[in-house]
Amino acid sequence: MISVLKAGLMTTIQDLGRYGYQKDGVITSGAMDQEAHKIANLLVGNPIQTATIEITLMGPVLEFHEDSLIAISGGDLTPVINGEPVSMWRPIYIKKGSELRFGKPKKGFRSYLSIAGGFKVPQVMDSSSTYLRANIGGVEGRPLQRGDTISSGTLPIPSKRFMKMLQPERKHLFNEASWFVGPEFTTLQNDQPIRVMPGREFDLFSKKSQEDLFQSEFQIDSKSDRMGYRLNGKPLHLLELKNILSEAVTFGTIQVPPEGNPIILLADHQTTGGYPKIGQIASVDLPKVAQMRPGDPLAFEQISHKEAQRLLLEREKDLKQLQRGIETK
Amino acid sequence: MNMNIQPLGDQALIIDLGDSISEDINKQVRSISSQLDQIHPDWMIEYIPAFTTITVIYNPLYIAKQSTYQDLLPFEWARKELLTLLSDFTNDQNKTRTVEIPVCYGGEWGPDLTQVASHNRMSEEEVIEIHLNGDYLVYMIGFAPGFPYIGGMDKEIATPRRDDPRLSIPAGSVGVAGEQTGVYPIETPGGWQLIGRTPLKLFDPERDSPSLLQAGDRVRFTRIHEKEYKKIEEDEK
Repeated sequence: MISVLKAGLMTTIQDLGRYGYQKDGVITSGAMDQEAHKIANLLVGNPIQTATIEITLMGPVLEFHEDSLIAISGGDLTPVINGEPVSMWRPIYIKKGSELRFGKPKKGFRSYLSIAGGFKVPQVMDSSSTYLRANIGGVEGRPLQRGDTISSGTLPIPSKRFMKMLQPERKHLFNEASWFVGPEFTTLQNDQPIRVMPGREFDLFSKKSQEDLFQSEFQIDSKSDRMGYRLNGKPLHLLELKNILSEAVTFGTIQVPPEGNPIILLADHQTTGGYPKIGQIASVDLPKVAQMRPGDPLAFEQISHKEAQRLLLEREKDLKQLQRGIETK
Repeated sequence: MNMNIQPLGDQALIIDLGDSISEDINKQVRSISSQLDQIHPDWMIEYIPAFTTITVIYNPLYIAKQSTYQDLLPFEWARKELLTLLSDFTNDQNKTRTVEIPVCYGGEWGPDLTQVASHNRMSEEEVIEIHLNGDYLVYMIGFAPGFPYIGGMDKEIATPRRDDPRLSIPAGSVGVAGEQTGVYPIETPGGWQLIGRTPLKLFDPERDSPSLLQAGDRVRFTRIHEKEYKKIEEDEK
């Protein structure tokens, strides 16, 4: 069990999302950086869909009430256990009574904390993910707050093995593995262009707007959240006004309201939208986007639909290989 | 039937059936939806019906593993598969559900009924009568959990949105916005003109089907008064 001593800026329980209810108007939610979430789970021997804690920019202070196996992935928000810096992207044995806190955000925007056995919260519509606007999932459908306690589930078999291997010496309060995830997964690439496929209504935009999307630079507005990133830059416009009928949108849809500033839809996007969709971000680049902060510059680069599919399959192959690597440790 | 399948990113596809709202296209949307319910291909994660489209979210990794056409990428494979699966589908129109929604009109339940009446130069009773007599169709659920896009309201009671949107509208509120009528499933801010309220829960995460209404349902509003409202509200708990 852990208890929350300080909440942090926006700390929520997330998994891979709530699927099967979008036709009821229920959004998927889920981790913003799904890759970091999956890797955090793999590192402690959990299945990838297990609930983790998503930590945003200013992290929480958490106390551990029993010996646990944890891992921290995603953006570097300088995690510290009992005053001692602790490494990311590897399993950590943390002893009962220890305190995990986060310091200055160094790189990226969101960290993921996994615990062997997963954070146990009631499943609502088959998912643990927190859906803030409908007060569903996670801990009472809200961000974590001071005084919350969360227990963890039964240890999977590989987790038991890791805990045996990492048992700290008596004088130490934690012990981290000497091995870690390679740079192909841990290097933040959020200064590189985000690859985008032309969207369903791309052809309805003016030639100039089509060019501006891929050739000009945008900036993430401060009014951005888990629902979407609003972008500032050259306004994008349709060739002529056209009423678009509402239809489903996805994590990664770039839609453009009439004033012209695009919005990237993210994990908490509404199920449907009625603004023209100028682009769709390649899934393989969504983790990059999730690690960008309001104020960050952002540029798009065109990619074909075929290429986006290939990259996604390749990335998943790499992830499978990582999984096998971890399993043989 | 004109069935056009397009990608929506690299993990979803859209079955596009046209570009205008009509009962006929809605019938096709409904028919494909029920087809997908029956087949539920194991590579499909879920589908989302809308006015003229059905979006299918698929699992590209699962497809890549199962793919019998090794040379096809997941979207191209899923499109081919869907065209085959849906090619022999028939319009089964006998499955339309009609959902009755009891509404307590006016007063504290519908504080804008007076406004809707005066805007359309008629009495409150006339507004209620027209609203009750509508032939309503749920085109899609979206915007919020369980929120129905309902078509079929008589234009005679059309009223623009409020100039000053309310910060909080109680769940169950029945409203008018322009030529649309709708019901708010959860408490939310909003600018609709509220003419009544239903004690039914339009959204309940504990139910097997959390949304009371589904795309393709017919809706009939019926009139109740305070006493019945309280009774149904109690039963819904």
